Amino acid sequence: MNTNKKLLSYGILATLVVGLLAAFGGTDLSAAFAAGEEVAATTGGYGPAPVTTAADYPSVAGANGRLVVWIVAQLHLWFAAFVLAVPIFVFIIEVIGMRTRDKRYDDMAYEFIKVSITAYSLTAILGGLLLFALILFYPHLFGYLSTIFSDSMFYYALLFFAESAVLYLYYYGWHWLQGGVRKWIHLTLGLLLNAVGTGLMLLANSWLTFMMSPAGVDAAGVFSGDSWAAIHNFLWNPINIHRFVANIAYGGSIVGAYAAFKFLTAGTDREKAHYDWMGYNANFIAICALLPLPFAGYYLAAEIYAYSQQMGITLMGGIFAWLFIIQAVLIGALFLSANYYLWCGMGRSDGAKRYHKYIKYIAIVLIGAFLVWFTPHTLVLTNSELKALGGPHHSILGPLGIMPAKNTAVNTMIIFTFLSFLFYRRSNKVAVVRWERAGNIAQVALFAAGIANILFLGIYHGYFTNTVYKVAASIPQVMTTFVVIVTSLVLDSFIYRGAKDVGPLHWGRIPDRAQYALFLLAVAFTWLMGLMGYIRSGIRQHWHVVDIMRDNSADAFTPTLGYAANVVSIAAIIFLTMVIFVFWIAQVSSTKTLPSGYWKE
Amino acid sequence: MRIPKLLQAVLVLVFVYYGFIVVFDYILGAVIPRSLLTMYMFFATAGVFMVFTFDEQGAHELVAPIKAMVEQPRFRFIRNLVFLIIPIAVGYNVYGRTLPSFEAPVELRTIHPAPPSTAKIYGNRVNLLTLENPFRHTQTDDPELFAEYVAEGAEVYIMNCQYCHGDKLDGKGPFAEGLNPTPLNFQDIGTIAQLQESYLFWRITTGGPGLPQEAAPWISSMPVWQDFLSVDEVWKVILFLYDYTGHEPRSWGEADAGH
Repeated sequence: MNTNKKLLSYGILATLVVGLLAAFGGTDLSAAFAAGEEVAATTGGYGPAPVTTAADYPSVAGANGRLVVWIVAQLHLWFAAFVLAVPIFVFIIEVIGMRTRDKRYDDMAYEFIKVSITAYSLTAILGGLLLFALILFYPHLFGYLSTIFSDSMFYYALLFFAESAVLYLYYYGWHWLQGGVRKWIHLTLGLLLNAVGTGLMLLANSWLTFMMSPAGVDAAGVFSGDSWAAIHNFLWNPINIHRFVANIAYGGSIVGAYAAFKFLTAGTDREKAHYDWMGYNANFIAICALLPLPFAGYYLAAEIYAYSQQMGITLMGGIFAWLFIIQAVLIGALFLSANYYLWCGMGRSDGAKRYHKYIKYIAIVLIGAFLVWFTPHTLVLTNSELKALGGPHHSILGPLGIMPAKNTAVNTMIIFTFLSFLFYRRSNKVAVVRWERAGNIAQVALFAAGIANILFLGIYHGYFTNTVYKVAASIPQVMTTFVVIVTSLVLDSFIYRGAKDVGPLHWGRIPDRAQYALFLLAVAFTWLMGLMGYIRSGIRQHWHVVDIMRDNSADAFTPTLGYAANVVSIAAIIFLTMVIFVFWIAQVSSTKTLPSGYWKE
Repeated sequence: MRIPKLLQAVLVLVFVYYGFIVVFDYILGAVIPRSLLTMYMFFATAGVFMVFTFDEQGAHELVAPIKAMVEQPRFRFIRNLVFLIIPIAVGYNVYGRTLPSFEAPVELRTIHPAPPSTAKIYGNRVNLLTLENPFRHTQTDDPELFAEYVAEGAEVYIMNCQYCHGDKLDGKGPFAEGLNPTPLNFQDIGTIAQLQESYLFWRITTGGPGLPQEAAPWISSMPVWQDFLSVDEVWKVILFLYDYTGHEPRSWGEADAGH
């Protein structure tokens, strides 16, 4: 980066700092930056990571700095995840609309992006607040990070302008850019919007992963000057993949909640039908992204372990292990609500009764796998239970507490969730091919072979081989799940080629309780992201930047699980309240009041 | 006669609840912790609710008896009885749970604490992230020498460790009964099989007093073995632990990308 740009980025930062100093007189932040510049001047550009004392963390208006940064960062992240995800599936839905020439898709895509517009400004406001909070409460850390990431922070600011420009063109130009070449231009804008949004996420991800797995610096934290090395640190891509997939699932769940909200408040059957259809599509998007999500999470956790055994154990075997149990429960709740919504949705078809008898078996397997999924390795035992067992290890339940059992359980849950979806798809169709029976037998054989293979891999490699195979066995398990899903979809498309419909689908014929399943999906996702986000950040423990820059503030300790869960829960309530506001404001924008006698006739 | 849906749901849950107790406590002989059973039952109840209510007819049949009891005048006596029994049952449950007991409170102890990145062992600061067993390479390079090291490790183990951890490495040594928490069972798939050798080295050499803060309360009786054994003896005993149990230390194989 040339000197001018660097000066400009420092200038932006300096302006912010000076502004804040003026607003909060009495906090001497300039010293922190002056010290950084002094070191930088003496070491040819870059100094070591600052060594701080408790006095270097300003107290502002009596607020707890960690709490403020924590809540604001979390709120920013929730909104950011939502606004980054919506354009991804809005683009896909718009393409489907263009290909099928079904205007309903175009209208739905527009309604989705309309919901995200208010959320977009809230994301930006919260991002600004986060920046202020970091500069105010953690000036040395922010100073250090902005020295290393000056390039990317500068480009980030520019990308933000680009994002706003493209988003406004995309949204406000929706009805203007319709038909023919104009539609193509609009789609190109959609693609560009996604590219810029993803770029923004990748840059921000690099800053936080640098704090976990620093790169491009020496042991004292002196930056080598190689910005790409700092960005492309060990955990960058695992986080990128995990967040990208999770954002789509999350965005789907939030617009699903919007559709549920509109369904429950709809006044006419027509409106109900529309929002039922919208809810179905949003849930479909959420499930599609939810299915690969456990694997992305597993990859991230395995990479964290590979990077540092200490971090890995803190994450899953140590102090945060019980939050992982809550995570497991919430993920299970996601799967259960997604399945329940599909089962309830079968009521839209007059031909669904044929499949009702299978639902209880799916439920038994799902619940069984779910119980294995959240069985903890370290059990909470009373003294009498301890005595009866002869120690803290449970010979039957203990082995269910480790990853091979979890992987087997989650793959089973995914395959059976897919089976629910398959039944849903079939519920309104009658196959006409002569080999339907043979096709169904092949489907059963495929599922049986898949489950058998997943169980074999999980049990044999999980318990009778060493850790290298144990971890490696998760890959063929995932591949088995993937092969079962893809093969089954292809097979089913042949079985149902030219199939007859039982009758028209009755959109809107779905019980209200199914809408609450959609709400549960959004709430569980929100809470889950907050808790997992805390863990991801918390495994740094008393480090701002692991092994490079120590957190010497009064709040450097790891809080108790109860406290952390309370903070995340309160933040989730604030976020959901803001989301309800976003839903409401989207509704208000299309409401017109015509006061009689107010305007001159 | 067809059993009403509400009764079906209740019977299923009772069956599941006692099924867990019978299978674990009596058939397998390993009690199911009540804390876990509560969680299991919560989600079993959710599952039963889901299956019974996903279609309108099912939901209607499930709720119909409750609705009838609440709304219909002819069920007045039963209604009053139910409205009396439920608060009493809840109250009794709360009373039972809050009643002081002589049992020590349940502890959620981190048995598996995360190691620090460095630790002071034998007077030197050791980096636990990069530390490796200096004798491990002999397993492939010189199997005879490796067998010798394992035998030496076994001797150290029998002389020092088996009193607690047992001669079968199953955590059931002669002293084990007197300790709480009981010594670790190395045969268990969830203990040394999940860990790198450096972790064992840290735990053995620094013992209970070397546990990090997150492992509080420090009620481990593990001695500080660096005061009694040499570095080589500790590494050899680690070789023996893995060799005897048939487990392999945690490693990343060729994909090892740790720093």
